[in-house]
Amino acid sequence: MVDVPFNETAARKEALKASVAVGLAVAAYGVSFGALAVASGLTVWQACVLSLVMFSGGSQFALIGVIAAGGVAAGPAAIAGATLLGLRNGLYAIRVSPIVGPGFAKRVVAGHLTIDESTAVATAQAVPSAQRVGFWATGIIIYVGWNLMTLVGALLGNLLGDVSAFGLDAAAAAAFLGLVWPRLQSLQPVAVAVGAAVVAVVLIPLVPPGVPVLGAALVGVVAGLAAARRGRP
Amino acid sequence: MTLWQIILAASIAVLAIKLLGYLVPPRVLEKPGAARTAELVTVALLSALIVVQTVGAGQGLVLDARLPAIGVAAGLFALRVPFILVIVAAAATAAALRALGWAA
Repeated sequence: MVDVPFNETAARKEALKASVAVGLAVAAYGVSFGALAVASGLTVWQACVLSLVMFSGGSQFALIGVIAAGGVAAGPAAIAGATLLGLRNGLYAIRVSPIVGPGFAKRVVAGHLTIDESTAVATAQAVPSAQRVGFWATGIIIYVGWNLMTLVGALLGNLLGDVSAFGLDAAAAAAFLGLVWPRLQSLQPVAVAVGAAVVAVVLIPLVPPGVPVLGAALVGVVAGLAAARRGRP
Repeated sequence: MTLWQIILAASIAVLAIKLLGYLVPPRVLEKPGAARTAELVTVALLSALIVVQTVGAGQGLVLDARLPAIGVAAGLFALRVPFILVIVAAAATAAALRALGWAA
């Protein structure tokens, strides 16, 4: 942040602006999730339940990707993949918990809205009141938009049939790239990303759908434990 | 296992992780090991998902319009183009290559 607004009202307004920008962009791309979900064999309602209850784009795309490749037989791998990818939300929850503050009902709702974007916008704000605005505004805008657009996308997907003609399969890959891109700021995550990609390519022909992603996750576990053992910050 | 059971089990698991995070005291994040490992697991998962979504087809490897599309996306992310525009550009790349018959 180059110029941090010292005026709290201005800071809250800035947070709201950031929320709207991020929120609308992410919500818009719920269309591709809905369309891909029905293309993967889900019903419109199943796509909507994922967006309503799971509400975590990465995990949702991971789940339907495995189902598309391996069908219901790949269910355990699909659940494991979505769950592992959702672990980061638990970390976000720990981070934004002080921003949300006390109150049981409030914390349950906040928990549901704890995702990459709401955490990112909240923690980017300098003052506590702006952090709260950033968290809630981003979370609510994305929740409403993502669910509406999932429904629209699922209905469209039913109409369109072959979503690959519209490049939606490539959109899913690009979305994962967008999620990992800001995390590649130092050598270690880059090395882990490359290692995981190699493991995934090798495993795809060898093991059932969904399992390559789980195997590649081990690269992250091993690298994390190795770094902790060396005691590097 | 039915598709509904898969969807509900995974949804509840992901939601539970979010809620459990609110029960953990923030000072836990001061220990670097756990947070760092979780971050690296996320990077590994996302990277593997990119590979699977780009060259995977069931249990086979396929080079098709998705590969140039992800290349375009990488270039645009490097140029700091906003997320939604990159996604649209990637989809448009794959769609155009298929419409022209240059890639499957």
